[in-house]
Amino acid sequence: MSATTIVSLPDQATAQMPKRSYLNNEHGLLSWLLTADHKRIGMLYLLSITFFFFIGGAFAGLIRLELLTPQPDLVASDTYNKFFTMHGIVMIFLFLVPSVPATLGNFLLPIMIGAKDLAFPKINLLSWYLYMAGGIFTLASLVLGGVDTGWTFTTPLSTHYLNTHVLTTATAIFIAGFSSIFTGLNFIVTIHRMRAPGMTWFRMPLFCWSQYAASLLMVLGTPVLAIAIVLLALERLFGIGVFDPAKGGDPLLFQHLFWFYSHPAVYIMILPGMGVISEVISTFTRKRVFGYTAVAFSSVAIALFGFFVWAHHMFIMGVSNYSALVFSLLTMLVAVPSAIKIFNWAFTMQKGSITFETPMLYAFGFIGLFTIGGLTGIFLGSLGMDVHLTETYFVVAHFHFVMVGGMLMAFLAGIHFWWPKLTGRMYPESLSKLAAVVTFIGFNLTFLPQFVVGYLGMPRRYHAYPAEYQVLNVLSTAGATILGVGYMLPILYLGWSLKYGAIAGNNPWQATGLEWQIQSPPLTENFLETPIITHEAYDYEWLEEKMKLEKQEVTHVG
Amino acid sequence: MPREHAVHDEHDEHHSLPQLRHHFETEEQQREAGSFGMWLFLLTEIMFFGGMFMAYLLYRNWYYPAFAAASNQLNVPLGAINTAILITSGFFMALGVWAAEVRKKSTLVLMLVLTAVFGLAFLGVKSDEYYEKYEKHHIPGNSFNISEFVNPPINAKTGKPTEEPLMPDMAQKTQVFFFLYFAMTGMHAFHMIIGLFLLVWLIWRAQRGDFTSGYVAPIENFGLYWHFVDIVWLFLFPLLYLINRHPFK
Ligand code: HEM
Ligand SMILES: [Cu+2]
Repeated sequence: MSATTIVSLPDQATAQMPKRSYLNNEHGLLSWLLTADHKRIGMLYLLSITFFFFIGGAFAGLIRLELLTPQPDLVASDTYNKFFTMHGIVMIFLFLVPSVPATLGNFLLPIMIGAKDLAFPKINLLSWYLYMAGGIFTLASLVLGGVDTGWTFTTPLSTHYLNTHVLTTATAIFIAGFSSIFTGLNFIVTIHRMRAPGMTWFRMPLFCWSQYAASLLMVLGTPVLAIAIVLLALERLFGIGVFDPAKGGDPLLFQHLFWFYSHPAVYIMILPGMGVISEVISTFTRKRVFGYTAVAFSSVAIALFGFFVWAHHMFIMGVSNYSALVFSLLTMLVAVPSAIKIFNWAFTMQKGSITFETPMLYAFGFIGLFTIGGLTGIFLGSLGMDVHLTETYFVVAHFHFVMVGGMLMAFLAGIHFWWPKLTGRMYPESLSKLAAVVTFIGFNLTFLPQFVVGYLGMPRRYHAYPAEYQVLNVLSTAGATILGVGYMLPILYLGWSLKYGAIAGNNPWQATGLEWQIQSPPLTENFLETPIITHEAYDYEWLEEKMKLEKQEVTHVG
Repeated sequence: MPREHAVHDEHDEHHSLPQLRHHFETEEQQREAGSFGMWLFLLTEIMFFGGMFMAYLLYRNWYYPAFAAASNQLNVPLGAINTAILITSGFFMALGVWAAEVRKKSTLVLMLVLTAVFGLAFLGVKSDEYYEKYEKHHIPGNSFNISEFVNPPINAKTGKPTEEPLMPDMAQKTQVFFFLYFAMTGMHAFHMIIGLFLLVWLIWRAQRGDFTSGYVAPIENFGLYWHFVDIVWLFLFPLLYLINRHPFK
C-alpha cells in the first residue's frame, strides 16, 4: 500500500446545502426537546455543555484573579473555597465527562458503524434530561449560596463541618451520574448489536473503540460514585456513622469509594479525546493509523488498568505502606497503554503527507501537552515524589495538562474536524488557526509556571500565598487571560459560520469514515439504505477508487 | 417519521411486529439489543450494591463482636418468611415470562398480579420489621440505645445474661451494623418499590394484549430485573441475619 497517497481536497465551490437534513426535518422548539434523533440530541448536549463550560470558566477567571496578589484581597477565604469547588464540579461533571461522548459520540457513533440510531433513542434523550436536571441542581446550589467542599466531597469535611449546600450539589452529581451511565450503556449495546453488515470489530474507526472503552468505565465506575454519594448524603442527613470515626466509621472508606470512580473517571474524560485524535491524525496525514490493533486494544487496556490504581490519590491519607507501594507500582502500568498511543500517532505521522488544518493544530497541541501531563503523572505515581508534591500546585498543573491541554484540545480538534458534518458549513480557516495557536500559548503560560510553583511548595486550595510565589502566579493569571481569549474565539466564529460559512459538501477532508460518505448535514435516517462495509478503516486507496467511480458515473449521466 | 420497515417487509414474507422500532433491521436485533442492555444495567446495579457490601465486609471484620450481637437482634423468622415470599414471587414471575411466550393472556396477567401481590407482602413484612427496630431503639441516630448490648437482659431460669455483654465502646459499633442494615435493606426495598410500579404498568399493558402476540421483550427484561432484586436479597439475608448466629452460652 502506498503510504503517501495525496488526495487533493475537492473543489467546494460547487457544493450545495442539501434540501432535506436532520436539521430541517422537523421545526420548532418541541421537535428538538422531544427528539429521539441521536444527532439532534448530540447538538442539544453541545449547546448545554458549552453553557456550563463558560460558567466553569468564569469561576476559573475569578480564582486566577484572586491569586494575582499574595494577599487575600478579592474575596474572603470561604468564598474562594466556593469558587474552586464550583469550578471543579462544573468542569468535571458537567463539561469534561460528557464533552466528547455526549456530543460528537452521540452524533457520530451510529453513523460510523452504519446504524440509523443508537440502540435506545429514548434513553438517550432521557440521559440529556438527567444531565440538565443535574445542571439545574448545580446552578441551584450556586444561587442558594454555594458549596465549598471541593469537587472531591472529602469527608468528614463535607458531612460534619460545612454548612453549605452539600446535599443539593450531591443530588446534582448523583443525577448527572445516571446520565453518564445511560450514555455508556447505550454506546456499548449499540457497538455490540447495531453494526452494519461487514463492519467487524477491527474495521471500526478507532474513535468507536475509544468510546467503547470509555463507556465500560462509565457503566462500571459511575454506580460506585452514586452509592458513595448516597452514603454521604445519609451520613449528613441522619448523622449515621459509616464515614464518622466517632461512631466507628472510617473516612478512608469514602476516599476508596470516591476514587474507585474518580480515577477511572479521568479516563472517561481522556479516552474519547484520544479517539478524536486518531481520526484527525489519520485524515491529515492520509495514512492508516499505525498499529491500529495496538491502539484499539490500548484503549481497552487503559479502561481495565484504570480500575486498579485509584489509591494513588490516597498515598498520604493513611493507607498502609504496603498498599501504597503496590498502588504506586500499578500506577506505572497504566502509563504504558497511554504511551503506546502516543508512539503510534507519531509513527502514523512519519512520512505521511501532513497538512496543517485547524483540527491538526489542536491535535499537535494534544500530543505535546498530554505527553507532559502523562509524564508528570508518573512523577506523582512514584510514592516518594508524591508525598512531596501532593496537594500542591504540581498536581493542579498535572491534571490540567491532561484534562485541558489534552482533552479540551481534543474536543476542539473534534468540533472543528466534524463541524462541516454537523452543520454543513466550514469554519473560517485562518481565524481558527489563530485560535488554536492562542490557546496553546495561553495554556502553557497558565500551567507551566504551576509546575514550578507547586514544586517549590505552594499548596492548592488556598487564596493567599507567600510573596515569593507572586511572579509565577502573575504569569499564570496572564496566561489564563490569553486562554480565555482563545476559547471565546471559536464561540464567535463558529456561531458566525452557521450562517456565513462556506458550504462544506459531503467530504471536505477526503476522509474515509462512513460519516463522510453521506451528505452534510446528514439525513435524519443517516443512510438511505443500510451500508455494506467491505474495507478497513482508514483505507485511502478504497476512497480513491470510490471517487474515481463516482466521477465516471457523473460523466456518464452528463 | 415514515416507518421504513414496512418497505422492507414487502421483500421478506416474515411479517414484522408493530413494535419493531424503525432503527432496527430485524426483530431479533431489537430483542437482543434490549436484553443486552438489561444485563448491562444489572451490571451497574451490582457495582452500586457492591459499594455497600464492601463497607459491610470491612466493618464486620473490624467490629466483629458488635456485628454478631447486633445481628442476633434481627428477627430471623420474619426474615425467613420474607425469603420464602420473595422466592415465590420470583417463581410467579418466571411463570409470567413463560405465559407471555406461549401467548396466554389471562395467565400472564394472573402471574404478574401474583408477582406483585407477593412483592407487596414482602414489603409489608419488611415494614413490620422496621417498626420493631424502631420500638427497640435500634434505629441509628440520637435515639439509638446501646444499653441492651452493654447490659443484656438476664435469663430468669439460668440467672445469666442472654447475650455476651459488650464494652460500651464496642456496643457503640452496633450502630454501624444497624446503619448498614437499613441502608442495604432499604436500598433493596426501594428497588422493589420501583419494580412494583413497573409491574402495575406491565399488568395494564398485558391485559390489553400487548405481550401475547409475540412481543415478549418487556416481560423478559422486567423478569431479569425482578430476579436480580431477589438475588440481592438472597445475599442480604445470610449476611445480615444468619452469619455466625449462635446462642450465647
Ligand atoms: C498517563 C497516566 C496518568 C498517571 C500515571 C497519573 C497519575 C496521577 C496521580 C498519581 C495523581 C495523584 C496526585 C496526588 O493527588 O498527589 C493524579 C492526580 C490527578 N490526575 Fe492523573 N495520571 C494520569 C493521567 C491522567 C489523566 C488522563 C487525567 C484526566 C483526563 C488525569 C487527571 C487527574 C486529576 C483530576 C487528578 C487530581 C485529582 C485531585 O486530587 O483533585 N490524570 N494523577
Ligand atoms: Cu488517578
